[in-house]
Amino acid sequence: MNGASSRRAFLKSALAMPCLPALAAEDARFIVEARYWEKLPHRRIKCTLCPRECVIDDRERGYCGVRENRGGVYYTLVHSRVCAANIDPIEKKPFFHVLPGTLSFSIATAGCNVNCKMCQNWDISQVRPEQVRSMYMPPREVAALARQNRCATVSYTYTEPVIFYEYMVDTAEAARAAGVRNVVVTGGYITPEPLRELCTRVDAVKVDLKAFSEKFYREVVNGELKPVLQTLVTLRKLGTWSEIVYLVIPTLNDSDQQLRELARWVKAELGPDVPLHFTRFHPQYLLKNLPVTPLKTLERAKAIADAEGLQYVYLGNVPGHPAENTHCPKCRRILIEREGFFIRALHLKQGRCPGCRQAIPGVWG
Amino acid sequence: MLARSVTRRELLAGCLGLAGSHACGQSGNQGTQPGAGGEQAGPSRVVVARDPALRSGAGVDSARLVALLDRAMQAFFEADKPVEAWRKVVRPGEVVGLKVNCLAGKGASTHSALVEAICERLQQAGIRARDILVWDRLSDDLESAGFRIQTGRDRVRVMGNDLLGYEDELSTWGSAGSLLAKALTRECNAVINLPVLKDHGITGVTLALKNLFGAVHNPNKYHPNAGDPYIADVYMLPPIRQKVRLAICDAIAGQYEGGPSYMPQWSWPFNGLLVARDPVALDRVGWQIIEDERARRGMKPLREAGREPRWIARAARYGIGTDDPRRIRRIEV
Repeated sequence: MNGASSRRAFLKSALAMPCLPALAAEDARFIVEARYWEKLPHRRIKCTLCPRECVIDDRERGYCGVRENRGGVYYTLVHSRVCAANIDPIEKKPFFHVLPGTLSFSIATAGCNVNCKMCQNWDISQVRPEQVRSMYMPPREVAALARQNRCATVSYTYTEPVIFYEYMVDTAEAARAAGVRNVVVTGGYITPEPLRELCTRVDAVKVDLKAFSEKFYREVVNGELKPVLQTLVTLRKLGTWSEIVYLVIPTLNDSDQQLRELARWVKAELGPDVPLHFTRFHPQYLLKNLPVTPLKTLERAKAIADAEGLQYVYLGNVPGHPAENTHCPKCRRILIEREGFFIRALHLKQGRCPGCRQAIPGVWG
Repeated sequence: MLARSVTRRELLAGCLGLAGSHACGQSGNQGTQPGAGGEQAGPSRVVVARDPALRSGAGVDSARLVALLDRAMQAFFEADKPVEAWRKVVRPGEVVGLKVNCLAGKGASTHSALVEAICERLQQAGIRARDILVWDRLSDDLESAGFRIQTGRDRVRVMGNDLLGYEDELSTWGSAGSLLAKALTRECNAVINLPVLKDHGITGVTLALKNLFGAVHNPNKYHPNAGDPYIADVYMLPPIRQKVRLAICDAIAGQYEGGPSYMPQWSWPFNGLLVARDPVALDRVGWQIIEDERARRGMKPLREAGREPRWIARAARYGIGTDDPRRIRRIEV
């Protein structure tokens, strides 16, 4: 483990982030031939990176807005084109079973392959790269900055890292070479082949499972549920550590039935030891007509998942709630005490409960 | 045949009838005074003006194009002189945006010669050169279609949204949630929509309604389900409804397959312009022209190709205009 961080240490390291100059809209350094696409007749291409499989005419972009067909060749426009860079506690992702108390060098480019009506980062995820201020940050620089700032990991986060796949993969390699690990925060909307390749380079993946309903995915996410479930199953099979976040939105995905089906599916297909975070919704973007999730709803969700036999069910966006803590599933001892994104106490010893020696799954050191 | 063609004689007879309908209190947005187009009680009129000799070699005969534009505008507005027609679209002192469509480079974009002709007529109607803004999504697209970027305020300006920017606050309607281009929201009082007659590989066709995708920051989000309901929803955003006054579709060359990119093998010389206040009616007529050409060449209708432009019917249901052939008057001149 890389050592727990206090709020003071976190703020200090965040301030150490260098101020890099913004760059002009079109810069050849950002434009790299994309991976996972097929040529079609008449200079068309088909993108095979995500299940959307956009067919794209010359001079057009895919749904993500960051990959463009130029004369029958598909390019990413966002390699090393960082629109957000911060040093965050790993708990902010949230990862609760990955190097607790450490910092994560967190980056994003513009763009996303879905369009969630509740997106909290829509001002960078739902825009094209030239519509947002960006900085040039090549992979080796990310790795170096992560080390300089004592970050245990690089996080690919905030928007949807699948759409900056090439940059993520190249950076993950550079980070590993520099002794920094890699974690991904994603909606899981990716096809199996690039996912398998990605898993050879990263240490943990947090998947936002936005609902357990195709209708919700169709109407609120502009995507599909099935490929996301396939991603979760693939991650499990490949042994890549994964955690699930489920943003509980009043009236849309908070029914007992849906929550129970979700918990049963997770237990049956992934196992009882996959952390499941139920987080609180705040009105955002195109869903401003709904209230903040009542605490009782979150607690009901946790009670349902607990009752179905899931061992690590957490609540999020409710700082100070006891369900932020990690308990030993065997003896119920508190192993990690949290308050918001910060660690108050860490009792875990080499990945085991100090009382009953129960092994706790995760990436601990 | 989708919409009924009329002869010159019928046109004149219809003009008299139309004048009567105005007196009866029906909507006067077909041509009596400046203002936004859209919902209307009477039939929507779409002028289809053609000149078989419009093209000169590989280019366009500019003089004939001006004459064709005048003929189309005078027919639509029942005006004796071109300037009278334009005065029914704009007022002196207004800032007028010309929303061109330049994604496809020179082969399948709004012709600069057409834009020049419109700029000239607007100035004759009392619009100062500096109050005309030729605008599209990207300055690069404008340049690739043959326009020169002009940002100085002493002449007609030619700029992309990349230079003019977008609003910070979202505008929403139905499935649409977008940042609107400042060209639309801040620069212009009135917009003249200048789409191109062409096929679209995802949405079936791209004509007047879809051309306003160039007024939002995120058009890539609006292509699923063949553009339905997105194209109609975007057009419902209030600044678009309020400011777009007229559509003049550049049909000098049409493209019946392979769009929106320029595919010369599927381009044909239509040698025409389509003029309408009602973008839905224009799109319905334009769609039919494309279907007719596809049929003539033995190609499947767009419905069988899996990309019927259902968003046209949706736009009609929203009240943007009419897609009912019985309520569209196609006027051939």
